[in-house]
Amino acid sequence: MTGSPEPAPDAPGPAVVGRGRIGRWRDQAVALGWLVVVWNLLWGDINWANLVGGLLVGAAVLVFYPLPAVSFGGRLRPWALLVFAGRFAAELVSASLHVARIAVQPGYRPRGAIIAVRLRVPTDLNLALTAEAVSLVPGTLILEVDRDSGTLYLHVMDTHGPGDLDVARDRTLAVERRIIRAVGSTTELRHLDVTSPEKGTRP
Amino acid sequence: MIATIADWLGAGCLVAGALLALAAGVGVLRFPDALSRMHAATKPQVLGVLLLLLGIALRLRSPADLGMILLVAVFQLATAPVAAQMIGRAAYRSGRLDRGLLDADELADRGQGSGSAGPA
Repeated sequence: MTGSPEPAPDAPGPAVVGRGRIGRWRDQAVALGWLVVVWNLLWGDINWANLVGGLLVGAAVLVFYPLPAVSFGGRLRPWALLVFAGRFAAELVSASLHVARIAVQPGYRPRGAIIAVRLRVPTDLNLALTAEAVSLVPGTLILEVDRDSGTLYLHVMDTHGPGDLDVARDRTLAVERRIIRAVGSTTELRHLDVTSPEKGTRP
Repeated sequence: MIATIADWLGAGCLVAGALLALAAGVGVLRFPDALSRMHAATKPQVLGVLLLLLGIALRLRSPADLGMILLVAVFQLATAPVAAQMIGRAAYRSGRLDRGLLDADELADRGQGSGSAGPA
């Protein structure tokens, strides 16, 4: 899982250097493939007409609604992906039961807090994935994203003191670690290992 | 035999999903401020929808329907946090939150001047 002997000379940080037009074409091709799959699933049937139609619609979407390039410099690790999915499902269930319980608990007013968590790998992709996942796991909700410094501002629910804030912070960084382990590049992984001792850095 | 088991499992999922959706609704109604309400609108609501979809999938069991259900689930997971963030951010920026209920606010510590950093 970790320590795969792949030479990854690209620099850490938001700008992935050294991937030119080929990388961009690959990203576009992946997006097109995904749109074709969605199109076919929407029609509920995979046949030639849907494949061609999906290609046309997907190409039109990519041409007319271009998105800022989110380069995927990492690699998929199936086992880590499974770990992430499993933990995510478990935390989604426990978060839902927790919120549902305090929702129906009579006469209970939950307190909250807003905390800042600075991610260790401030790429756009990692920010987006972590923000999505964190919103669905126990107690936290994304409020604001500071893209430049890679900081997430989270609303934490049902806090009972400063200790809960640290727990939420650690949990967010743990989500980030699992995401990087699942889809991050080797450089990002190493970056994670280097900076993991100083957890919960405040800006 | 297997069909019966799948039917009963599906029924259980439907009931559980409906209960979670009900709890989410109660939470949206009862929680004291907008930010807490968004918690209710994301977590139990999303799991409730996923359970309902699973229940439907267990009862329908045809590939075309499964594809559609999978798509609904993926988009639900992808969009619910985004919607919640937009509402939460709007609520925070317009000051519609109960500061008496906040233990800490590190977003305010950042300073209001650089409020719109990045075209997120």
